[in-house]
Amino acid sequence: MGEVIVITSGKGGVGKTTTSANVGTGLAVLGYKVVMIDADIGLRNLDVILGLENRIVYDIVDVVDGNCRVRQALIKDKRCQNLYLLPAAQTKDKSAVNPEQMLKLCSQLKEDFDYILIDCPAGIEQGFKNATAGADRAIVVTTPEVSAVRDADRIIGLLEAEGISNPLLVLNRIKIDMVNRGDMMSLDDVTEVLAIDVLGIVPDDEAIVISANKGEPVVFDEVAKAGQAYRDIALRITGKEVPLMNLEEAKGMFSKIKKIFGKGS
Amino acid sequence: MLDIFGLFSKKSPSKDVAKDRLKLVLIHDRVNCSTQLLEMLKVDIIRVISNYMEIDEEELDIQISQATSEINGSVPMLCANIPIKSMRKIQ
Repeated sequence: MGEVIVITSGKGGVGKTTTSANVGTGLAVLGYKVVMIDADIGLRNLDVILGLENRIVYDIVDVVDGNCRVRQALIKDKRCQNLYLLPAAQTKDKSAVNPEQMLKLCSQLKEDFDYILIDCPAGIEQGFKNATAGADRAIVVTTPEVSAVRDADRIIGLLEAEGISNPLLVLNRIKIDMVNRGDMMSLDDVTEVLAIDVLGIVPDDEAIVISANKGEPVVFDEVAKAGQAYRDIALRITGKEVPLMNLEEAKGMFSKIKKIFGKGS
Repeated sequence: MLDIFGLFSKKSPSKDVAKDRLKLVLIHDRVNCSTQLLEMLKVDIIRVISNYMEIDEEELDIQISQATSEINGSVPMLCANIPIKSMRKIQ
């Protein structure tokens, strides 16, 4: 029996889709059977992040409307044998699926998959209610900015109201240099404000943009810090204890030399 | 000139400003109490208290802040500062 995890944030643009793609792929690389559902109906994006945009025939609305069977709509990933995507419909709106249909779909998928990841749309309206309807657990993605943290707090409250307690936090796009200067909230600052357990931290990394350009999740990138961050997160979801990564190491040779000569510059 | 700015920023790094502002905003968000509701509450409180004492309505201040409770940890708290001018004679 699989587990349904919704990836949500409240605020848009904080990295929900990137997190979904990488956590899903990361879990599949570990050998689990994973399906990712893009619940952002009307603003389909998970397919392009995964590089699967050319393979879509049916979508989630076709499935719940009974135009096709679930199996027909699932797209098999290019790189992972045990990774599938159920894409969102691009021409419909959020009301095309209701919570009951979502719940039914999730329980159906639970029988065949170890993890069902749901990429939730931004906002707190119908799309959020649909995406969370069948979820057992939730991952709240935020960035260390006041607007994103505020929305994350709202989402934590709403998740609880939906019966999903103890969501886990992914703090995304941390710029360690800014944190060190005192110009960006650290993980400790954010957890002081939000009452939530931490699943992982992801540094702000150019590799994310590059991987999105190519449609290859950064989790495959052995060099990039963000890739390591997502691999760690995937391991933690499976119950393994992995220490939080040290973002300081991400600095290059030049900064190390600068450090030796003091902070003069 | 640069040093002056440097000293200033060291006193309160912008992330601390962010954190303090967030804490205040979240107190209000979590209580889900609008300014309109607070204003209605204020009118009612004035009406009730005025039965017993004459109060300074101009100086009256009602707001939601945070208090630390031993049982529940940090909880929102309704704070009212109501200056009394005089007591009314109650028969």
